[in-house]
Amino acid sequence: MTTSFIQIEGLSKSFTLHNQGGITLPVLNLVDLKISSGECVVVTGPSGVGKSSLLKCIYGNYLATEGSVHVGPPETALDITRAAPREIVNLRRYTLGYVTQFLRIVPRVPAIEIVMEPLRILGVDLDEARERSAKMLARLNIPERLWSLAPSTFSGGEQQRINLARGFIVEYPALLLDEPTASLDAENRQVVVGLIEEAKQNGSAILGIFHDKEVRDAVADRELLLKELGVAA
Amino acid sequence: MDEPILSVTDLKKTYGAIRGCKNISFDIWPGEVLAVVGESGSGKSTVLNCTSARLEPDAGTVRYATRCDGLKNIFDMSEPERRFLMRTDWGFVHQNPRDGLLMDMSAGANIGERLMAIGERNYSKIRDDAGEWLGRVEFDLERIDDLPTRFSGGMQQRVQIARNLVTKPRLVFMDEPTGGLDVSVQARLLDMLRTLVSDLGLAAIIVTHDLVVARLLAHRMIVMRRGEIVESGLTDQILDDPQHPYSQLLVSSILQN
Repeated sequence: MTTSFIQIEGLSKSFTLHNQGGITLPVLNLVDLKISSGECVVVTGPSGVGKSSLLKCIYGNYLATEGSVHVGPPETALDITRAAPREIVNLRRYTLGYVTQFLRIVPRVPAIEIVMEPLRILGVDLDEARERSAKMLARLNIPERLWSLAPSTFSGGEQQRINLARGFIVEYPALLLDEPTASLDAENRQVVVGLIEEAKQNGSAILGIFHDKEVRDAVADRELLLKELGVAA
Repeated sequence: MDEPILSVTDLKKTYGAIRGCKNISFDIWPGEVLAVVGESGSGKSTVLNCTSARLEPDAGTVRYATRCDGLKNIFDMSEPERRFLMRTDWGFVHQNPRDGLLMDMSAGANIGERLMAIGERNYSKIRDDAGEWLGRVEFDLERIDDLPTRFSGGMQQRVQIARNLVTKPRLVFMDEPTGGLDVSVQARLLDMLRTLVSDLGLAAIIVTHDLVVARLLAHRMIVMRRGEIVESGLTDQILDDPQHPYSQLLVSSILQN
């Protein structure tokens, strides 16, 4: 039996909107999930059911209302729901990657440096980080003339691929993927499928949301179906 | 990593009948950037001034991890000891560069002065260091001998930052470091600060009312209101899932683009 690298127990999440009459919106209710190293689980369910919220609860940008989320090898796993901010920052540097389709633009920083940054933070030297980033950008079909430019003027698709390059540049032992292939053309979609398969082979535990059935069938080992909760006052 | 670089406990400060801050406790760890956010009058600057030894609190302790003796309350130190700390291990970047610069000294001398204050007497080394740091803050070196009064706000701010970093501090306090600048200058300066802080592994406390600045620079955030901390946590957690009514109001007021 394989040990799980991501382990979620009894996770619930609701939002309380204090400035809108104190209304409470439940999003996740008692979710249990285990993901082993080298395994890719795909979250499915209708739009608005809380798929992205689940990923954000694992990454730590959403606070869980109840339950626990352990990430890491069982002996040293960190419970995200109780961890100090600096422990989460550290986990994100070394262990847990998160890829969305949206690039958060830092003014003036060239595309290649955005991709290099996670490597630089891990102490990879400048030349090696640059070389690996160049390979990744080329693999995602970003023309070389764009590498030294800041992506604020790039097309949506180019920005998305810069973000993918940044997300896959470090071989994280755990990866959260929020629709990384949305709105990519067929060729680039295949590149991303290849990146996900490589991550699995490298032993990464992956939780992903993919609307594209083709991608899902290509990478998923299992599916987790989230059910509608409904809104309670 | 197993000891904070600064540990603040139950800080309280009032100005006569006027509330400054109370019940302020937090730790900062080496290499960590903390943003203190809140509207004008929320007590952010009081916290910054008390934790940087510029203002004595009414109660509470501010302990700093000294290089030799471990954590020491900065207000139990002797005045010279505290002054030495402020000139070497710490930096303080004011919102208005005029408050942090010697306006009648050249850009180069402003940086050299901080080195001389800690005993450096080798003039060619001082000049080399000044040039190096002005280069790192992307300052036009041809103007190294000009007076700050002849610089734009953005250039003055670069000189102030270089002056603070030349002694290789471990902890830098910043009060709205990009507050008074044009938006275009602000973006460049923020990017530069982000790179410097990360390359040098600095711990920093940044007071700002701008949540975008916090998102770009800080790992962690403290939200203040009426002199008290109402929420603290990971920066993107507070921005994506604020818990306190006041943080929710602040976050929902950010202009989306």
